[in-house]
Amino acid sequence: MTAPHHGRQLRKNDLAKFEHTYKAEIASVSQLTAMERLYRIQIIDPEERRLFSFKPGQFVMLELPGIGEAPFGISSSPSSRDDIELCIRTAGNLTAWLARATRGMRVGIRGPFGTSFPMETMHGQNILLIAGGLGLAPLRSPIAYVQEHRNRFHQVEILYGTRDPSQLLFTFQYDLWRRDEIGLGIIVDKPDPAWKGPVGLITRLLEPIIAGKDEAFIQNTSAIVCGPPIMFKSVCAMLNEAGIPMQKMFVSLERRMHCGMGKCCRCNVGSTYTCLSGPVFDFWSVMNLKEAI
Amino acid sequence: MIFKVCEQEELRRLFDILAADNTVVGPVQTGLDRNGSALNAFKPVADYTNLNLGYTTTKLSAKSYFLPFRESLASFQIDGNDWQKTVDYHCDRPIVFFGLHACDINALNKLDKVLMGNTYPMPYYAAKRKNMFIIGIDCQPQPFCFCRSMGSDTVLHGFDLFITDIGNRYFIEIQSATAYNILARIKTRPPEEVDHLQYMAIAAHKNKQFTSRVDTTDLTKILDMEFQSPVWKQWGDKCLGCGTCANVCPTCYCYGVEETVDIGLRSAQKVKTLYSCNIVDFAEVAGGHNFRSERHTRLKYRYYHKHRGFVEAYEESLCVGCGRCGEACLAGITVPEVIASVRGEES
Repeated sequence: MTAPHHGRQLRKNDLAKFEHTYKAEIASVSQLTAMERLYRIQIIDPEERRLFSFKPGQFVMLELPGIGEAPFGISSSPSSRDDIELCIRTAGNLTAWLARATRGMRVGIRGPFGTSFPMETMHGQNILLIAGGLGLAPLRSPIAYVQEHRNRFHQVEILYGTRDPSQLLFTFQYDLWRRDEIGLGIIVDKPDPAWKGPVGLITRLLEPIIAGKDEAFIQNTSAIVCGPPIMFKSVCAMLNEAGIPMQKMFVSLERRMHCGMGKCCRCNVGSTYTCLSGPVFDFWSVMNLKEAI
Repeated sequence: MIFKVCEQEELRRLFDILAADNTVVGPVQTGLDRNGSALNAFKPVADYTNLNLGYTTTKLSAKSYFLPFRESLASFQIDGNDWQKTVDYHCDRPIVFFGLHACDINALNKLDKVLMGNTYPMPYYAAKRKNMFIIGIDCQPQPFCFCRSMGSDTVLHGFDLFITDIGNRYFIEIQSATAYNILARIKTRPPEEVDHLQYMAIAAHKNKQFTSRVDTTDLTKILDMEFQSPVWKQWGDKCLGCGTCANVCPTCYCYGVEETVDIGLRSAQKVKTLYSCNIVDFAEVAGGHNFRSERHTRLKYRYYHKHRGFVEAYEESLCVGCGRCGEACLAGITVPEVIASVRGEES
């Protein structure tokens, strides 16, 4: 006996996607700081690798069979189709296992999931890329996009704040960003004796960038802000005060996730799924998520 | 819509036909509670006389048959550095539900929207849902039932047959071709005007029996306005954070996924376990930060998901008003009382 169809017709292909895992290999591991490593991950099957593509801001579920699965924002350029890079801090059970991973280890990848930064709609604009701490990890993907399409954007500024100089991520890229005529300001909250740069919170770097800008500049500026809630909240408030509309500021939220596909509810903010409606939200949407700020 | 009428004894024949080669799940009296009232549960039934079709409610919803508390999502065969993943949707045979109330069928329809009608339909649920035959049955409102407030006291679709007792005979609504063909095997007749009148009289009488209600007018807005209301803290102080409400709820589907390795390190299991947003670590992330560490924030979140977020997404509440959570709550927290307090009403 077959029951009648309830609801819409389901396609077998859609259903099979649910637990589909790309088998992948850790191609390299580089230590960025004491706690963060950059993992280069390559899907093993060449055909699957060819079909896998993502947009800046999206995330994947990384699975270690028998250990668990967790969401990670992709840190690499959407145009490098050979592999993806994930910048991961050792924080929990899965990441502690990953910290011991070596080249050649086989992991699973599901995704990519979630919304992305609308890079195409930012063409022709000034872009502020603002990161706090580990927020530089998801920001590196839109930065790569900007680098590869530099002539489509006007003024581009990266502002990066971190607690102390030992936590600076991707130090090997700073000169490459500057070479592509991308402004880079770095600030630390707790300097060490060798630190020569500015000291304080990220808002101190932002002030001179937006101070005294004319209406035309402000109206033609978008911002991508990644960092802890306290940081993006104050940064976005400052940008909004300067006249940048809230729907032109984008933030990426981080939550616990067990599925990545709008089912398990673990990532819900208020009652919005971070995995489906996010992780990238414009700031107006975030303002309407009761729990997010 | 096609209607039929049958004599009461014909229902037993219908049961026997369905039970001949299917698993039939229905309401069964399993014991008495401390007040001497019947305790009912949805159980596989082989004998029609074991069915308690006049049941008031069940402690647990029928959820375990389509959203099992624990379910394997995948297994891994591990061979050194390499592994193979095997996925099984666990749907080996159809299930006939004999005697679900309107609220529980509405609960399935709501679950369908999230679990089948979304970007990523969930095959584990869909496989079971598409392989069900559902016979609904009318009910008598209990003191804790507020389904009428939630628009779930009647059900429009999502079942095969719906049976209403109109006094010494049953009024049958047919919603599927399968059901029509099965009914052809028992003795039925087309309803007459007297049956229609009797059906309407019974429905009108039922409507007058509701004593519990929730005012849902503008509720999404009011929940937003009263997000910082002190009543949340008061309910949070009572809440034990045990997750019983989610366990008995027919629409709570939140879960967690865990992976385990066998002792020989040769295989691993990926298992989904139903969870509750009231449990302390529900929104805890790696590194220890908890987005909802306080009980009242978790209790509030549950109400926001049911009565605000789902309404925004699907224009209906995720709550069907079955009242099971309030009956099962060890702290005596009920939905009508919480909503009334948020609205500033005395309850």
